[in-house]
Amino acid sequence: MSVPSETFKSLVKAAAEQVIASAPELTSLDQAIGDGDHGTNMKRGCEAVLGKLDAISAQPLDEAFKMIGKTLVMTVGGASGPLYGSFFLAAGEALSHDKHLPEDLADVFGSAVNAVSARGRSHVGEKTMLDVLVPVLETLKTAAGQPDLIARVRATATDAVERTAPMQATKGRASFLGARSVGHVDPGARSSCVLVQAVCAGLEARA
Amino acid sequence: MTETVGIVIVSHSSDIAKGTADMVRQMVGSEVKVAFCGGNPDGGLGTSVQLIIDAINAAWSPKGVAVLVDLGGAETNSEMAVEMLEPARRDLVVVCNAPIVEGAVMAATEAAGGSTLAQVKAVAEELSAD
Repeated sequence: MSVPSETFKSLVKAAAEQVIASAPELTSLDQAIGDGDHGTNMKRGCEAVLGKLDAISAQPLDEAFKMIGKTLVMTVGGASGPLYGSFFLAAGEALSHDKHLPEDLADVFGSAVNAVSARGRSHVGEKTMLDVLVPVLETLKTAAGQPDLIARVRATATDAVERTAPMQATKGRASFLGARSVGHVDPGARSSCVLVQAVCAGLEARA
Repeated sequence: MTETVGIVIVSHSSDIAKGTADMVRQMVGSEVKVAFCGGNPDGGLGTSVQLIIDAINAAWSPKGVAVLVDLGGAETNSEMAVEMLEPARRDLVVVCNAPIVEGAVMAATEAAGGSTLAQVKAVAEELSAD
């Protein structure tokens, strides 16, 4: 099996456009517990990806993921650049080493999540994007092959974002706030959810 | 001239980066190569991996380069920049866990004496020790 390049292109486009549309919300979340630049940073990165989308989707899938990663690294301008960049670089790397989409989705996603964890020296429960990505990974593993996989991934991502609100941040800028970070949804968790939901919606539309 | 460890200053703000570099040059002199960068790829507050790579290459010395950073994203982007250097240079660049202004001045002072990269990093990081 493989992922047709047109499918890949439409999913990347949908995800990038959804993040761009969510930029004001991401910025407002980040103003509460960070430095207020997550929305504009992600928007800049996603616009750069959209600008190169033809070149990206002309590549083999592994190289396409790496190009997305490198573009985000070079254009986002905040910590989320290397974090999301490492996610896509590692996914591309996994695909260069005998992993294939869609059948190895959980493995590829797992490699990508591990790269985020290593880059941020962070783990689940620290009020970061990992608090969405790790639960989504678990669902990808446990519900693999199930007819309701996409619905379960969507529900997992939405629940996971809300669960970051009561967490106290111990990584990133929000950790400076200590207990005052409690009560706010993490902006990185939100942007991860936006990406996951956009890809799921794109897949549902094609199903 | 004897080679000394190079110093790179990475701030979210180009004004802070430049001001820190000015202080290093005034206090330590010009025998240590100092490069700096600040601002995201659009010029707003933030950091840019490409500008960090350029700064490391500008301050390059065979003895290595010590990078001083301000807040979180500057550190993450600097680590990413190091990994994207050509392989022969990667192991000769360290990101110091030190306050940016004091760390840059202390690191440059140590570097001016001909110290190794490890010594320069250690002196800068003493500022972060309890």
